[in-house]
Amino acid sequence: MNDTTACKPAHPRTLGWVWLEFFGSMNLAITLLVVIAVASVIGTVLQQNQPYPDYVLKFGPFWFEVFRQLGLYDVYGAGWFIGILAFLILSTSVCIYRQAPILWREMTRFRTLVRLESLRGFHQQAEWCLPGQGTSRVQEIVEGLLRISGYRWRVEDHGDHRVIAATKGRFSRLGYLCTHAAIVVIGIGGLLDGNLWLKLKEWSGDLRIETRDLAARDLPPESRLTPGAVPAFRGHVMLPEGAAANFVFLRIRDGFVLQELPFAIELKDFQVTYYDTGQPKSFASQVLIHDQEHLGDQPLAATIRVNHPLVYRGYAIYQSDFGDGGSKLDMQAWPLLAPQAEPVVVRGEIGNTLKIGETAAPLTLELDQFRLFNLLPEPGAQPGERKFRNFGPSFGFKLRNAAGEAREYFNYMAPAQLEGRWFYISGMRTQPGEPFTYLHIPADAKNSPARFLRFNARLRDGSWLHDWLARSPAPGDTSDFQHDFNQVRLNLLELFTQGGFAAVTERAKAVVPADRLKEATTLYLSILRDTLAEVFIEVLREENIDLAQGVAEREEAFFNDAVSALAVLPNYGSPFYLQLSTFQQVEASGLQVTRSGGAVVVYIGFALLIIGVFVMFYTSHRRLWIWLADEEDATRMVLAGVGSRRPVEFVGEFAALKAALEQRIGI
Amino acid sequence: MSVTREVMLEQWERPSFSQRLSHWDRLWMLLVMASSIYIGWWYYADMDSYEIAIQAGSSVALIAWGIYWKPARLFTLAVAALTALALWRYGVDYELRLGDFWLKYFLESQAAFMWMSALYVLATVTYFAALFAQSAFIGQTATALTWCATAMGLTGLLVRWRESYLLGADIGHIPVSNLYEVFILFALITALLYLFYEDRHRTRSMGGFALLVISAAVAFLLWYTFDREAHHIQPLIPALQSYWMKIHVPANFIGYGAFALAAMLGVAYLLQNWIGTRWPSGRLARVLPPLDLLDDVMYKAIALGFAAFTLATILGALWAAEAWGGYWSWDPKETWALIVWLNYAAWLHLRMTKGWRGAPMAWWAVIGLFVTLFAFLGVNMFLSGLHSYGTL
Ligand code: HEM
Repeated sequence: MNDTTACKPAHPRTLGWVWLEFFGSMNLAITLLVVIAVASVIGTVLQQNQPYPDYVLKFGPFWFEVFRQLGLYDVYGAGWFIGILAFLILSTSVCIYRQAPILWREMTRFRTLVRLESLRGFHQQAEWCLPGQGTSRVQEIVEGLLRISGYRWRVEDHGDHRVIAATKGRFSRLGYLCTHAAIVVIGIGGLLDGNLWLKLKEWSGDLRIETRDLAARDLPPESRLTPGAVPAFRGHVMLPEGAAANFVFLRIRDGFVLQELPFAIELKDFQVTYYDTGQPKSFASQVLIHDQEHLGDQPLAATIRVNHPLVYRGYAIYQSDFGDGGSKLDMQAWPLLAPQAEPVVVRGEIGNTLKIGETAAPLTLELDQFRLFNLLPEPGAQPGERKFRNFGPSFGFKLRNAAGEAREYFNYMAPAQLEGRWFYISGMRTQPGEPFTYLHIPADAKNSPARFLRFNARLRDGSWLHDWLARSPAPGDTSDFQHDFNQVRLNLLELFTQGGFAAVTERAKAVVPADRLKEATTLYLSILRDTLAEVFIEVLREENIDLAQGVAEREEAFFNDAVSALAVLPNYGSPFYLQLSTFQQVEASGLQVTRSGGAVVVYIGFALLIIGVFVMFYTSHRRLWIWLADEEDATRMVLAGVGSRRPVEFVGEFAALKAALEQRIGI
Repeated sequence: MSVTREVMLEQWERPSFSQRLSHWDRLWMLLVMASSIYIGWWYYADMDSYEIAIQAGSSVALIAWGIYWKPARLFTLAVAALTALALWRYGVDYELRLGDFWLKYFLESQAAFMWMSALYVLATVTYFAALFAQSAFIGQTATALTWCATAMGLTGLLVRWRESYLLGADIGHIPVSNLYEVFILFALITALLYLFYEDRHRTRSMGGFALLVISAAVAFLLWYTFDREAHHIQPLIPALQSYWMKIHVPANFIGYGAFALAAMLGVAYLLQNWIGTRWPSGRLARVLPPLDLLDDVMYKAIALGFAAFTLATILGALWAAEAWGGYWSWDPKETWALIVWLNYAAWLHLRMTKGWRGAPMAWWAVIGLFVTLFAFLGVNMFLSGLHSYGTL
């Protein structure tokens, strides 16, 4: 028995009917469900709404264009995807349109016109021949039982037999209607809130998507939306502390448009609080809403936190992200490639671009980011070990040369302790997205990079080195040898400072025959090391450190760290080391402003869906038929029933009913 | 149907609701109400209106649960007693977990989870032993083990909830906030759903299969604990500080648990189907659960899962409206929830309107588990999005 009446044609086949049948067909519905599921997968595997150059980089120009044409960078906003959704809504509507009358009949009418044969064909049926019982008496007993069991029934006398048709839980049928109506309602609400309006405006030519990097005030009118131009949007604005805006940006594909707001949002303060462990605990923006028309001169003050938006005049304002609003940094640029160790003071704000360096080879310094906290896994901890350390403030910048090539740097303000020693850490990379490689500058006793930088400057200071070599005797007793040896030392130092250890071994390869290469390299390196150590001792002397007892262990460790840092310096690529001396943080809060006219519709749909699903699964429409006929001296009784949803439970119910009936009749 | 005729008669002649309540039912109602009032009275000052509503709502739900399904009562009492014992031993000192005997070996959340893990694995083996030995006693043991494991697991979660507050007032939160915690929730819910169907259908033959997926979850959990040290209590990130989390996540896991159970019944179905056609009179064919039972319970589990998942997805949408500014953002997690939902909607349609039954539906239920698993784990591991917490 199959009482789930799927959409069956019952009308003549006009063209309209054929279409109706197609749209309302179960197969189409199931196909659509599966197609939407599969299409949705694409959008989760391919990251959506990234900057277009990223896609070009990833797929190459050919596939980039193919995917762009297919709308794969914004699948859920693509015409074809919205089309399929619309199709599902249409199909469900048609299905409801055709099912509703049938369900309505099932709910409201009693089917008293049944044939004995069909009742006998039910899975759940029983038949008795009851001698000495009158039909009326049996009917009374049956009705009594139906009454206490909560059935409604109707009796119809067909002359030679009577049929009692009974139903219970008929509103179970509404479950289907609610669920499927909910799909339609949610679908329509969703379409109202989707980017349909923007698409329409774009097609009609009212709206042009801006792909240039323009400031809000420079945007032409055809890329602006006035308040109320579209009933739904989701926009974003980044506000520095102290700034205000009466617009948000809507990202569309590779560009944006500007949505004006009927009020202005001013950010008073953005606060991040932290747990003791250093993880962020809350992000909160204190804002003022300025709205002459509705608030007069008195702005509305509010705090917007994650999970606690502000809803003002149907516009919901959310905390979405945060950034830097132009923090002021005071820095010192220590020359790395020149023979001086005196820093130059540099001032700037995050977002600034500064010219720096000699006019012959100017560099631009782009200050990109400042971070107050850097919570990172403890160095050397096991992967699972979840130990974190706050490395303190840091800032990031790019150095771009005249050819436009940039290197990215990331410097911590304070030295960090690693393996018991302190270092100024600076990260560098040549390609965005690559991991940083790090320079570890050892900090001196005063917790400053000064000693290392002085050491470095001495090594690059030709005249100082000459004076020093003149003062300190080289091994050997002939002055020729001493002269040659000093020349070797100077050459080695130069090679090392220009190219690290690699340059030294390269040179050895170039000038020494292969069979003596190993020996010679070892010799070179040991001379280099001794020379470096002697220069280092000079540097210590200049600091008035007492070396009568020899070099302390701490100094020796410093020397080793310094040599490691010097060795990677040639790859560092910056002519100076930028040290952050003081800062004044200015934060910016990323606010999302949305308007969703369809939300109410969608929420009504949600309610329908929940009610519908539970009614559909957990109520059951049960129907019984009792067929009674007088036979000579006996009554023939046939009992048959179906339960719509829970067949197994209905079997038990039916058996209980049958037993109760037998007991009452006294069989 | 192994229900007696008298019971059926009784069921049939339905007395009014209050007449149907036994003394035990009334006692249960009183007990829950009394404890709820007691708790409310103590903490009234610290609760906002949502929390009062939630507490009242959960008390009603607990009463209903205990009346609808009697074994739930003993279970609730056992968990309550164990949790109370743990809280009493703890007092206000988190460090006692390493010193106090009861805490260290039984009730501290980690210890409780270890007990849970061991008992689930043991129960799995015992269920299969009962199946092959056809022994009612072994079967009862398996059921008892599963109940004990579930009680330990739930106690562990409740104790962990308290522990998070002991760590720091601002750290405290309900333990459904990361992958580690929800895996435990998953095991517990799957077990409870299974125990419910075991009780209602009066058969233990499905137990081994259901517990197999729980054992798999336990294996993952152990790896996650010992290899990744994921068990440490972490403070809540701002995005999760919302009362929606308390209902959205458990509702989701009723869905996931039910789908997982359905998939395991699908496996049992396919196995029985295969063996039944090969060796129809063999021993295996006799001891494995019958096909129509599996088919029926599989349908019920998927229907329940679908209903819960619908609710969870809607709750998620409402939460998203509050946290991210839109009820739907096509974030990978959301999208995969939709995919799971569409998948089971298609399953239900084929069954209800096309009358599909048997092996294809069982296969589909098994495949459904992989779709579900991806939504649950895969999204966290492979895709990035707004739901970017709970990574491995
Ligand atoms: C996203 C879209 C849809 C969803 C989520 C959905 C959901 C459901 C669910 C959960 C059931 C219940 C299955 C059961 O009782 O076990 C159902 C039944 C049904 N659906 Fe859909 N449905 C959708 C679209 C459609 C469409 C487009 C049609 C029309 C072709 C349709 C026709 C039916 C019919 C005829 C039934 C059986 C009703 C009954 O027996 O009472 N559904 N649907």
